[in-house]
Order: sequence, then structure tokens, then C-alpha cells
Amino acid sequence: MSRVLEHRALQYRRTFRASIFSSFGVPILFLTAMGVGLGGYVDRSADAVLGGVSYLEFLAPGLLAATVMQTGSFEASFPILNGLQWGRIFHAMAATPLRGRDVALGNLAWIAIRLTLVATIFSIVIVLFGASRSPMIVFAIPVAVLVGLAFAAPIMAFTATQRRPDKFAQLFRFGITPLFLFSGTFFPIESLPGFLQPVAWLSPLWHGVEVARGLMLGTIGEAPLLALVHIAVLVAILVVGAMVAIRKIDARLEKG
Amino acid sequence: MTEIDEALSPVTRASGGSTGGASSAPPLIRARGLTKRFGTFTAVDGIDFDVAPGEAFGFLGPNGAGKTSTMRMIGCTSPVSAGELRILDMDPDRDGPAIRGRLGVVPQQDTLDNELTVRENLLIYGRYFGLPREECARRADELLDFVQLADRGKDRVEPLSGGMKRRLTIARSLINEPDVMLLDEPTTGLDPQARHLVWDRLYRLKQRGVTLVLTTHYMDEAEQLCDRLVVMDKARIVAEGSPRQLIERYSTKEVAEFRFAPGIQETLDGQFEGLADRIERLPDRILFYADDGEAVVIAARDRGFHPETVLVRRSSLEDVFLRLTGRSLIE
Repeated sequence: MSRVLEHRALQYRRTFRASIFSSFGVPILFLTAMGVGLGGYVDRSADAVLGGVSYLEFLAPGLLAATVMQTGSFEASFPILNGLQWGRIFHAMAATPLRGRDVALGNLAWIAIRLTLVATIFSIVIVLFGASRSPMIVFAIPVAVLVGLAFAAPIMAFTATQRRPDKFAQLFRFGITPLFLFSGTFFPIESLPGFLQPVAWLSPLWHGVEVARGLMLGTIGEAPLLALVHIAVLVAILVVGAMVAIRKIDARLEKG
Repeated sequence: MTEIDEALSPVTRASGGSTGGASSAPPLIRARGLTKRFGTFTAVDGIDFDVAPGEAFGFLGPNGAGKTSTMRMIGCTSPVSAGELRILDMDPDRDGPAIRGRLGVVPQQDTLDNELTVRENLLIYGRYFGLPREECARRADELLDFVQLADRGKDRVEPLSGGMKRRLTIARSLINEPDVMLLDEPTTGLDPQARHLVWDRLYRLKQRGVTLVLTTHYMDEAEQLCDRLVVMDKARIVAEGSPRQLIERYSTKEVAEFRFAPGIQETLDGQFEGLADRIERLPDRILFYADDGEAVVIAARDRGFHPETVLVRRSSLEDVFLRLTGRSLIE
């Protein structure tokens, strides 16, 4: 597993700079446009609508978790399909003592590192924007990474069953984008029509956003058990997703 | 009996056939009734073979004969459906990673990492076998020399020619100093010059005592490299022996090839009786199998046949395959 991780890190060296640059760029753009720009209107028009929290402060943890979710989902789709189908590098790995589980877990470990980098940079930008009320934002980083992995693991399992990228567009359009918009990222899910609210509870992103928001607003202590439940849901999705991913990648490598 | 005595004692080889002077050691690979099924499709249908240490063993057959499926089972990347397979005295089902650690695999399709440099491809592959970094670096430099890519070490893989990529794949497969090399169609798609370079390197490895197992649908490749081979057709083994044995057994010494002007060949059916031991009619030419090809040419002229072109040549594995299956190797 660590060998696969080493391979992915070696590949990453080539795109490292561009990747760091965009990791800073995305949060700066979003927090400026939506947090400061749009947020200015929100805060002025309805002062207490978010319970005394500025829109920027409300938005920051949601965007953090949602961005990491998107990166995790992407990393589990195209790069994995490349290793299985186009470049076939994972098949080269399968001809050595490595096994399918090494390929699956090594890639997940790599994704975890990538996501940690993205989440850390995002959090630094949040602090620079003054959008976090609590030093507990440090713990929002692993929470965001957990969200990303809870998406990456099942998507990796799905990718292992694909030969072409056709269905990725559908996955992102009908899966990831709606979750990005309706998981309490940009507005509280209480604003959703009543029948849609339970649907939001199914979203792994919502669980992550709730915890990250609690940490950054410093309100996590008000409902610590609930936070643990959110975390448990994410861990469960990650574990089951990883187990299925190992099986699917094993099966795929056997097929050749 | 000590272990060494045991290792050196002669073993009765079930499949017979001479080997490249290494027939006294126990087989490195042993298959009995080896079968691969995909659903209802049988890709490999109960084949038997042994590969002895130091031998260059080939699977010759047309596309779809079951060669790659067999190689993938030997490579422990595809599970055996039925029958027995032992590799390096281990069971692929149980000891897959241990066996793979001692194999060098050159797959049909290149699986190099285009995002890395030539040398990095070797380094990271060595790491998969658990080699320390310094050892990977030492072996990588040696191997780049061996496959004549030393000056391309820092280049990306992407722009390399097909022949260079193949040589890099061969170098990569040697990073763990394997006991057995598995080469699946090592020169398919390469131009003649690149093929000869690959053959030359493989021949050197063979001289060093590396056991080679290869598949090919090129008879010249099989003749150049293989001490012994099996001919596969439709998931089964149809013949086994050294290239020379197979030619002696299934063909004549020489072949006279006649080409007639278009439309003429069809009108001559049944008029060649007695000219040769055996006659094969191909769409574009007629093959006369005889020990003396020139004699056939003279006899045919005497009978008043005037082919456009005449070629007398020695029998090859292509003729063996034609005889065994009634079809050409490459269609």
C-alpha cells in the first residue's frame, strides 16, 4: 500500500505547483465573491437571519467541506480510471507482489494526503478572511478530509466497474453538484421545502458541514453527541466504501 | 538424499520433448488440465505443459487461441478455473504475491507510467518488489544500459518510440532479477529493426540462464527464440516440440510456392496430383511440400504449368501451423 502511495506522490511532483496555486485560488475567489460580495447583501437585508452569524462565517465551513468533497470525488474518478484503463499502471502493479487492496488503499491514502493539503490551505484562507470564530477550525481540517474520503471510496468502487468516463458526467451533474448546493453549504437546510429536508440528512456532505460549522463557530460543545453521530455516519460510509472498492478493484485487475 | 541431490535428480517429464539442455531439473512451471473459463466461454481448455529452468518456451498460435489467458494465469493475475498449475513449486491461488515477486512480466500492452521519466519508471517498479531505494537506483542504471536507453533516463516516457517503450518494459520486468520472464507478444507492432533489437536482448538474457516464457503469432520469432514450443489453436495445444522437431514431424524439408496469374489457379484444380507429398491451396498461391523443392518445380514445368512466380524455401513453423489447423497464423 505504501508503495502505491509513493508512486502517486512521485507523479504529483510534476503538477505540485499548479495544484497548490489553485488550492489557494479557489477559496479566495469563492470567499470573496460569495462570502464578502453576496454576504454583504445578505447581512444587510436580514440582520439576524443566521442567528447573529455573518454570512461569510456561515458559508466558510460549508465551502471548505464542499470543496474537499469535490476534490475527493474527482480524484476517485478520472485518475483511477486512468490507472485501470488508459495508462493501465494499476495492471503493472498487479503483476508484482502488490494486490488489489494495495492499489485501492494506497490510492485512498494518497487522496487523503491530497485532501489534507487542500483543506489546510482552504482553512488558512478562511482564517485570513477572518471567517472563523474559533481555533477549533484546526479540527475542521480532518473532518473535511473525512467528507472527501467518504465520497472518494464509494466513487472509486464505481470507477472500478467502468471502462469509459461517460458516466462520470452524470455522476457529477446529478450527484455531486446537487449535494454541493443543497447540503447546508450556502443556506441552512431548514430553508428547504419540508419534504426535502430528510433527503439532505442522507447527504454525507451535510453531516460534514454541520460538524465543521460547529467547530468554526465554536458551537460544537452545545451538542457533542450529535457531532459524534455525524462523524460516525461519515466513517461508516468510508469503511463500507473502501471495502467495496477493494473488491471491485480486485475483480477489475483479474479481468485484465 | 540431500536437498541438492534431489534438486539435481532427473524427473520424468510427462510431456516428453527435449529441452534446451536443462531437462534434468524439476519444471519451473507445471500445468495439467489447465483451464480458463469466462462465463460459458472457454479460453483455455485443459492444457498440459512443463517449462524447465533455463529454457525458452513458447506458445505459438493465432489471436484468440488462448495464449494471453494462459500467460495471465501463469502471471498469477487471473485465477485458474480448473486443473492444476504450479509455478516455482508454489500454488498461484495461495502464493500469488510470492510467485509474482519472482516473475518478470512484459504484458502485451505497455503499462508504463507516461507521467514519469524513463528512469523513474524503473525506480518505482523496483519499490513494488520491496527493494531499497539505493538498490533500485543501481539496478535501474544497469538495466538502462542493458536495453540501450541510458541516454534517455531523464526523458519522459510519452515521446519514446514503440521499440524503446518495449525495451523499457523489458528493463522494468528485470528489476527484481526474476527467475522467469513472461513475455506476451514481445514484438507485436514493432518495425523489423526494433524487433531485432528486442530479440537480441532476449537472446542475451537466455544466454545468462533466465527462463523465458513467451507467446507469439510470429513464426520467425518462435524459431529465433524458443528452445521448445507448443502450438495452440482454439484453446487447446495441438502440437509440442522444438521448432526443428515440429517441422520434421509435420512438414517436409522444402516447400515450393507457385503463384499464378489471377484467375488461373482456380482452373487448375486436381491437375497437380503426384507432384509433391502434400499440396496446400491458399487464396493467392499453391504450396507444394516435398523434400526436394527444385524437383517439384522441374516436374511442374514438364507438365506444362507456367506460374507467374516460383519460390523454393525451407519449411517453417508457418507450414506446421497450416498443416495442423488448415489455417494461416496471421489472417
